[in-house]
Amino acid sequence: MPEINPVEDTSPVSGDDTPTVDPMSPAVDVYEDDNGISLWADMPGVPKDQVAVHIQDNALTIAGTMSLGLPDTMRSIHAEITSPRYQRVFTLSRDLDADKVQASFDAGVLHLRIPKMMMQERPKRIEVRVS
Amino acid sequence: MNMGHTADNIMIFLFVPGVGPEDIDAQVEKGVLVVSGERKPSQPDEPERHTLHIDERYAGHFRRVITLPEDVDEESVQANYQNGVLTITLRRKQRINTRKIPIQ
Repeated sequence: MPEINPVEDTSPVSGDDTPTVDPMSPAVDVYEDDNGISLWADMPGVPKDQVAVHIQDNALTIAGTMSLGLPDTMRSIHAEITSPRYQRVFTLSRDLDADKVQASFDAGVLHLRIPKMMMQERPKRIEVRVS
Repeated sequence: MNMGHTADNIMIFLFVPGVGPEDIDAQVEKGVLVVSGERKPSQPDEPERHTLHIDERYAGHFRRVITLPEDVDEESVQANYQNGVLTITLRRKQRINTRKIPIQ
């Protein structure tokens, strides 16, 4: 059974020198089918070149930095989005193939496709027969 | 939705990820901005073959009614769409400039 689980603690990725405000957690949809998992994440305002997808061990991190082109003199009247950064971490179960993740980004939505391991790469199942 | 102002303009940012400009309708009338549209679900074509693990993103019709500040010029409205954000810009009517008087 493949699993993708959100991790509650989303402290900034090490090496990032701009975390003045905690990043926001993007809303996601996750579906599973016979061949893998599809993830959609809402990251409006992020240009394609500012989207980052990292996988280390079984931790998947998605992140992005917004670029709204705000004038320097702009003063906020009302704000529902309060951080220019998105970040969220998930743990992937071992039967997902982290080396074969495919990512696309369109209209502020990140789409990831994470295939399941091929049969021969999965741990061997030993049949136990009772004689 | 975020809103901000500069000395000259009011800017309104509507976050509509996954909705293209062709699926958004924006109107301004009598001091009110109405933005509506439709967001398609991400659900695949054959739902019976898929298991939903996380379901957080909204889908369907949306409508947002925003009362504009009183000093905007409705004729000046401009809309721009990029990366899932609709930016509405309106000019502010210039008020009679008040001049600060330096005290000698």
